[in-house]
Amino acid sequence: METVLFILFALGSIISAILVITTPAPINSALYLVVTFFCLAGFYVLLAAPLLAALQIIVYAGAVLVLIIFVIMLLNLQKIEEKTAPAWKSLGIIITLLFLGMGFMIVAMSTSLLGPMMQTPAGFGKVATIGELLFTKYLYPFEVVSVLLLLAIIGAVALIRKQEPE
Amino acid sequence: MTIQLSHYLLLSAVLFSIGVAGVLTRKNLIVIFMALELMMNAVNLSFVALARYMGDSAGQVIVFFVICVAAAEVAVGLAILIALWRHKGSMHTDALAVMKW
Repeated sequence: METVLFILFALGSIISAILVITTPAPINSALYLVVTFFCLAGFYVLLAAPLLAALQIIVYAGAVLVLIIFVIMLLNLQKIEEKTAPAWKSLGIIITLLFLGMGFMIVAMSTSLLGPMMQTPAGFGKVATIGELLFTKYLYPFEVVSVLLLLAIIGAVALIRKQEPE
Repeated sequence: MTIQLSHYLLLSAVLFSIGVAGVLTRKNLIVIFMALELMMNAVNLSFVALARYMGDSAGQVIVFFVICVAAAEVAVGLAILIALWRHKGSMHTDALAVMKW
């Protein structure tokens, strides 16, 4: 069952990810990105991380994608003329393949990673466990992140604001 | 066949590479932005897979922080794109070439 679900989600995420970067119109890319995010949420459920699966759907598929689609609609972005020099395009694909090969090689060479998954300890991935870690061991980064979010709000407003004539 | 850690890591590498390809070959800034999100999600997937493998919840806490940073990044990034649209009226990467020389 787990294997079938993994293959299903893997195919879905890879195909929609390729479609994200190949479709000419940005709105279609955004919609394919939603599919990728839902597949990733499925992986999180398979990996015993229900809280992160919920966050993935609420924050990424919900907030982030709505923001991106909102901007596409607001600016009425159509597909644009993308004349890339063929040399540059093939260079990009070569660099990508190098990345891919490097990833495969690292995974293949680290034989210590090939064992079966461990038995999960009690409470692994539960909301209570993550919450307790956030408010004890990781309290300091948690507070820093709240400051970062505040800065992002102020930064976004300051960037968008119309310049008043002097 | 049971699903092991290496399968998740390979899938993560594939998704990351697709994101790299998007950033390197596209000229539409908003599509490049989406490819960046894709790369970030690929890394999140490997974090969660390793957390499951090690039986340590700390990996999931890190992903929580990454999602927070991604939300902040999206807000500021889209603000920059809208400001660029106002100034240049374009979403093409060539519109951003002012600092090139």
